[in-house]
Amino acid sequence: MKNRVLDQMIRSIAIVKKDVMIYYSKGPVVLMGVLWPAIMFISFAFGRGMAIENLMPGLIGVSVFFTCSAIAPVAFPWETAQRTLERLVSAPVAIWTILFGDMLASALVGIIISIVPILIAIGFGVTFTSPLVLACAIIVGSICFATMSLLLSVAPVSGPQYTQMLSTLIKFPLMFISGVFIPLSNLPAAARAISFISPLTYFTDIARYATGHGSYMPLYVDFLAIIAFTFVFWVVAVKLHNRTLPLRV
Amino acid sequence: MVNGSTGNGLAIDVRGLTKKYGQLVAVDGISFEVNKGEFFGFLGPNGAGKTTTIRMLTGIISKSGGEARVMGYPAGSIDSKQISGVVPEQSNVYMDLTAWRNLMLTAELYRIPSSEAKMRAENLLKQLGLYERKDSPSKEYSMGMRKRLLLAVALISDPQIVFLDEPTSGLDVQSARFIRGLLRDFRQGGKTFFLTTHNMSEAAEMCNRVAIINRGKLVALDTPENLRITAGKVSLIDISFDMSVSDEALKAIPGVIRVESSQAIDTAERMKATAAMGGMGPGKMGPGMRGPGMAGRQGMGMPQAEPTEAGEKKPPSNRFRLHTEDTGEVITSLVDFSRANSLKMNILNVNPPSLEDAFVMLTGEAKREK
Repeated sequence: MKNRVLDQMIRSIAIVKKDVMIYYSKGPVVLMGVLWPAIMFISFAFGRGMAIENLMPGLIGVSVFFTCSAIAPVAFPWETAQRTLERLVSAPVAIWTILFGDMLASALVGIIISIVPILIAIGFGVTFTSPLVLACAIIVGSICFATMSLLLSVAPVSGPQYTQMLSTLIKFPLMFISGVFIPLSNLPAAARAISFISPLTYFTDIARYATGHGSYMPLYVDFLAIIAFTFVFWVVAVKLHNRTLPLRV
Repeated sequence: MVNGSTGNGLAIDVRGLTKKYGQLVAVDGISFEVNKGEFFGFLGPNGAGKTTTIRMLTGIISKSGGEARVMGYPAGSIDSKQISGVVPEQSNVYMDLTAWRNLMLTAELYRIPSSEAKMRAENLLKQLGLYERKDSPSKEYSMGMRKRLLLAVALISDPQIVFLDEPTSGLDVQSARFIRGLLRDFRQGGKTFFLTTHNMSEAAEMCNRVAIINRGKLVALDTPENLRITAGKVSLIDISFDMSVSDEALKAIPGVIRVESSQAIDTAERMKATAAMGGMGPGKMGPGMRGPGMAGRQGMGMPQAEPTEAGEKKPPSNRFRLHTEDTGEVITSLVDFSRANSLKMNILNVNPPSLEDAFVMLTGEAKREK
C-alpha cells in the first residue's frame, strides 16, 4: 500500500512537468505572474499612498494566492475539451495522482512567483526579520491555495470560462475579507470574525510577522490553520473529483 | 513493472459486462474472451456500444455491472492500465507538445526508465515515419501523422495488449494502408490487439476473430471466415456478355436464385454516351445503339425491351449479378448458355459472401428482432 502511494506520487511528477510545459511556461502566464504583483504594488503604494511596510505582507499573500489558484481551475475543463484528460485517465495513474500533480505544479509556480513581491519589498527597503518563517509560510500557503484551487475545478464542465467565472467569484471576495491590506487588529470585530474562514488571513498574518510587525495570532495557530485548511480542501477535492471525473470523459 | 501474466491464456475475459446511462442500456450484459496474442475485432454499427465497451476495458469509464479482466487484472485497475496501450478514435495527444515530449510524458506516466524510453521513442518514431518531425508541436501534424503519433504513444510502454478504437477512421487510403501495415508488423511481436472498426475489409484482413455488437448486445463471435459462412451459402456471380440478354433467359438457368441486371449502370452509361453524341435522350435511342452485334440477332429470344413491374419498358442489359447456392453448376450452365446463344462472356466474377454481408445480415436481423 505504502509502495503504491509512493509509486503514484512519483508518477505525479510527470503531471507536474506537463502542467509547467503546457500552462505555466507560456509567455502570457509568466508575464501575468510578474506583472500582477507589480501592478498591485503600484496601485496601492502610489495610487492609495499606503505605507510600503504595511502593504508588502498583503502583497506577498495576494501574489501567492492568485498565482497558485490561477491555472488549476481552468486546466481540468481545458483538458476535458481537448480530450487529453481521457489520455491521463487511461494511463496507470489514480485520479488523486492527477490532482496531486496539478496541485504540486500550482504550488511550485506560486513559490517561484513569490520572489517577485519579495524583490519589490527588498527594493523599497523592507526588511524581513524572519525570512525562514516567511519561506515556510510561502511553501505551506502555496500548497494550501493550490489545493483550494482544485475545488474550483470540480464542476464537470468542458469550457474553462465556467470555472474561471466561479473562481473569480470566490477569489476576490476572499481577498477582501482576509485582512490583506489592513492588519487584523484594525478590522472591525465582525469583519475579523469573517476573515477567519479564509486561509489567506493566516498566511498574511505570518507574512506580517516576518516583516517585523508582529502577528495577530500565535504563529503555530496560523500554521496549523493553513495545514487544516489544506487537509480539508484535499479530502473534499479528491472525493468530489472522483465523483465528477467520470462525467467529464 | 507489473507482470500481467495470468496463466489461463486469456488477454481479456468479459462476463455480463453492462453499462447503463440512466434508462439507456449502452452495453447489455456482453460476454466474450480474447486469447493472448490474438488480433480481435469488435464490430458494430454507430451507437452499438463498441466505444463504450473499449472505454470500460481501458478504465476510462466505469461499468454498471458484470466483470471484465484484462490480463487477469480487473479492467480499469492501475495494474491493467500498466500493461495496456490505448489508441483512441479521436486524437488526444497534447497539441502544444512535440511528438517527442508527448512520448516522454507517457513514458513517465508508465514509469519507463528514461534511457529505455528514449530508445523506444526513437525506434517508434523512425518506424512510424515521424522521426524527422519529432520536435514539431503535434498541432502542426496532419491527421495521418497524429494517428501515427497516437500509435507510438500507445506503444511506448511496450504494452501486452493494445486497444485500437477506429485507428484508420478519417484517413485517406494511403495513410490507412500504412497504419494497417504497421499493425501487421507489431502483431508479430506477440501482442494482443483489440480493434474496433467500421471497416469490414480491415477486420477481415487483420483479425483472427471478430465479435459483432448491435444495440449493446453481442450478435456474433467467430472467425471472419465462419461469419462469412454464417451470412449464407449464397454466392454472387457477376457476368457480362458481349450483347444484351433477357433476365428471364438467365433466370431459367438451373441453380440461379435471383438475377439483377445492371440497369442503373447501363442507363447512366447510355445517358453519358447520348450527351456526348449531342443531347439525344434515352427515349430517342435507336435499336442499333443497344449493343454490338445486336441488330443481327433478334431471333434469339432476347427482346429489345421487356416490361418492368411498374409496367414500363425496361431496356435489356448485358451485365448481370446472379445469386446462387451452387456456384459450380451455374458457371457450367452459363458456359453452355453462352455457347448455345453465340454469346461471348466478357467478365465472370464469383464473389463469396463477405464479412460485410455477414455484418449487414447479423445487425439487420437483430434490428428486426427488436
